[in-house]
Amino acid sequence: MKKIIYLLSFGLLLGACQKEDTVATQKRAALTNYAEIVLATYADSHDKAKDLQTKINDFVSLPTQAKFEACKTAWKDARIPYGQSEGFRFYGGPIDGDDGPQGLINGWPMDESYVDYVVGMPNSGIVNNTAKFATISKSVLEKANEAGAETDIATGYHAIEFLLWGQDFNDNGPGQRPYTDFLTIGGTAKNQARRGQYLKVAAELLTENLATVRAEWESNGKYRQEFLAMAEDQAIGMILRGIATLSKGELAGERMTVALTNQDQEDEHSCFSDNTHVDIYMNFKSIQNVYLGTYTRTNGQVMKGTSISDIINNNSNAVEKNKLVLASLTEADQKTKLVFDSAPFDRLILNDPNKKTVNAINILRKLSDQMVDAAFAMGIKVDNELK
Amino acid sequence: MKYRFKIQLLCVCAIVFVVSCSKEILEPLEENEAASGGALTTYDLGENAFGHQADGLDDAGNTAFVVGNSFFRNNWTSAPASASARDGLGPLFNASSCGSCHALDGRAKPPTNDNELAGLLFRLSIQGTNVQNSPVPDPNYGGQLNDKSLLDVLPEGKAKISYEEIVGKYADGTPYSLRKPIYNFTDLAYGNFHSSIMYSPRIAPQLAGLGLLEAISEAAIVANVDINDADNDGISGKTNKVWDYKNSKTVMGRFGWKANQPSLFQQTAGAFAGDMGITSSLFPNENLIGRSKELYGNLPTGGTPEIENKNLDAVVFYMQTLKVPARRNVADPEVRAGKALFNTLNCAGCHKPTMKTDNHSIAVLTNQAIRPYTDLLLHDMGEGLADNRPDFEANGKEWRTPPLWGIGMIKTVNKHTFLLHDGRARNMEEAILWHGGESSKSIEAFKKLSKAERNTVIKFLENL
Repeated sequence: MKKIIYLLSFGLLLGACQKEDTVATQKRAALTNYAEIVLATYADSHDKAKDLQTKINDFVSLPTQAKFEACKTAWKDARIPYGQSEGFRFYGGPIDGDDGPQGLINGWPMDESYVDYVVGMPNSGIVNNTAKFATISKSVLEKANEAGAETDIATGYHAIEFLLWGQDFNDNGPGQRPYTDFLTIGGTAKNQARRGQYLKVAAELLTENLATVRAEWESNGKYRQEFLAMAEDQAIGMILRGIATLSKGELAGERMTVALTNQDQEDEHSCFSDNTHVDIYMNFKSIQNVYLGTYTRTNGQVMKGTSISDIINNNSNAVEKNKLVLASLTEADQKTKLVFDSAPFDRLILNDPNKKTVNAINILRKLSDQMVDAAFAMGIKVDNELK
Repeated sequence: MKYRFKIQLLCVCAIVFVVSCSKEILEPLEENEAASGGALTTYDLGENAFGHQADGLDDAGNTAFVVGNSFFRNNWTSAPASASARDGLGPLFNASSCGSCHALDGRAKPPTNDNELAGLLFRLSIQGTNVQNSPVPDPNYGGQLNDKSLLDVLPEGKAKISYEEIVGKYADGTPYSLRKPIYNFTDLAYGNFHSSIMYSPRIAPQLAGLGLLEAISEAAIVANVDINDADNDGISGKTNKVWDYKNSKTVMGRFGWKANQPSLFQQTAGAFAGDMGITSSLFPNENLIGRSKELYGNLPTGGTPEIENKNLDAVVFYMQTLKVPARRNVADPEVRAGKALFNTLNCAGCHKPTMKTDNHSIAVLTNQAIRPYTDLLLHDMGEGLADNRPDFEANGKEWRTPPLWGIGMIKTVNKHTFLLHDGRARNMEEAILWHGGESSKSIEAFKKLSKAERNTVIKFLENL
């Protein structure tokens, strides 16, 4: 009798172990798939930034209207993968952990008159300050970036955006900087060569900083190895913290609620180019990509693997919660797409009778809370508040 | 089976024996002792422990918190900028955002290099008082030294900090060393300081529970005043009486290192003006004076005022509704022993453990039993800590009892353990040892404790 009980318990134990093994294996697969998606997203961001840099170098060497437009197109293309990478923030990873380059890459708001002339101040900015900044180089810009005890004022996508589009005082479209601002003979504004140099250095810094983040996630990358060596649930908690915080605190809160409440046409992220609608929709895609374990690369290749959703779905306590998240993901896709289709965002927030912005905000907040609930149901505590 | 039970019983007996044998007195646990902020207590004890929003806010409250957080965290830019709600920095300033000093709503550490005063500023004044009894600003530098400026503007100057080690000994012979800061001002760009210049270094403190402190009734604070030390415990305690700019009258002060601010609204508007050069409806003038005003008084501004009322209100609301981190493991025997000593040494004479909030315009702040460990009163802290610069009724040796709640979380949030008004204390122990003046009796008694006992006091403080 005793023997039978022992055998029986052993069998039960074994069964439980096997179940745990499959769960752990599935979690491992999801983590690896996540790392692959992160790498692909940063690789695409880096490659697109390199394209932008090539176009900028070409433009600055011999500025023409056509080359200027090519730079702007390349900038917009570069924002598509980068926007989808923002779900990899908020948990102290390579992008925004200690000394992470987030502020250098995507710092906002941009201090325009610290960089170049603005309306009413034709001599302002580093571009025009030959006394204080005899040369414009990487080290000069990096140092200048820290002068105000901040690290997000003079470099990154938005500094490049400002140099390409100029200030946006145009109610019905983006900024209207003429390409001749870079023309060294017979050009507009002052210090055209220095402006060109600034643009080139900013593009170079952007590319370098993205390369650093990409390297951390390569298969032999330092952070990737640390990440994959963590306890599964800890890593899953971080992944969910990233997308839940992006959804609620950052996208619904910082980027949409604040802009809507302020009713300030330019209190939006890509204000010079009127490209904020793309930022918003790509940020949503980032949340969706991570949760569903998928990513469509800039070359069209579709990646798909074991997802966070699969893991939650496999947990009997959380399976119902997963259904709620999936439903909200579908709804948030539609609602953020409506905002995307109603571009430009700076006009939409001033005149939004159908409450497209508020509806998108509300579903993103709900989605975030539901992801926190789903994680909690499997015993993982996730915080989705912005710091 | 029986055998195992015996072992367990033996173990339990052994533990009981050890505990009852030790001479430490365990302070009884109190109801909800871990919930330092009452209903505004957060149990997330990670890096964001100082940044959590109160529960139970309505939609307008949720939005105000998000907007306030945005204007607290993000940097301000030079005017004019396209994002016009966020421009108007400077011309002279100490920081370009609130969050650059109060990182993660936490506490700044003292500067580690001469060129960067981030998180520490110097209040300046000269002899005498203004009509409202406020300090008189330096004619060339105003009320505080701005070590940063816009691109084409000269910063006011730099402060070089060095430290002198002062050694001492506990009764048991254990030596200790404290570092006393020495300040040297260099690169002064607008002439000399006035001959009667006085300066006071102030570090940016953590923000946890500020709204709850605002919701304590004035009567509850005044109840602890003992200006003539009638109870003869060496501790007097007085209120500061400061100028309320909004209501144009003298009222009790309760915020700031010297309780020189009556409300979070005025404290915040004052910091926008003085620290960042952002004008508001309360303080509509740029912080320029004398020569700097002549030179830069006509630079473009970020509007009149630079921070709109609703955004200023949102930042204030944000700070008012920040939670307090919960205490960890309050039942730990060492923590409880430390708490008992904290009380016997009469540290609690000023660091009052419990308070109750009264009414506040934000409903969730009302009627909370809280454990801030402050009486919000001014006390003479002795020569060692004196800044020798009066601020309204606070004389040059007096400081407001800072709240201790959340103090043990600074290490987690801000990755350092520096304490006191200028960050001179490198850790909890040094912060205790710097206490003088009215706290002398307590500190002398602390120095007579055994090392193990001292450690329990520190452990208790780190548990707050």
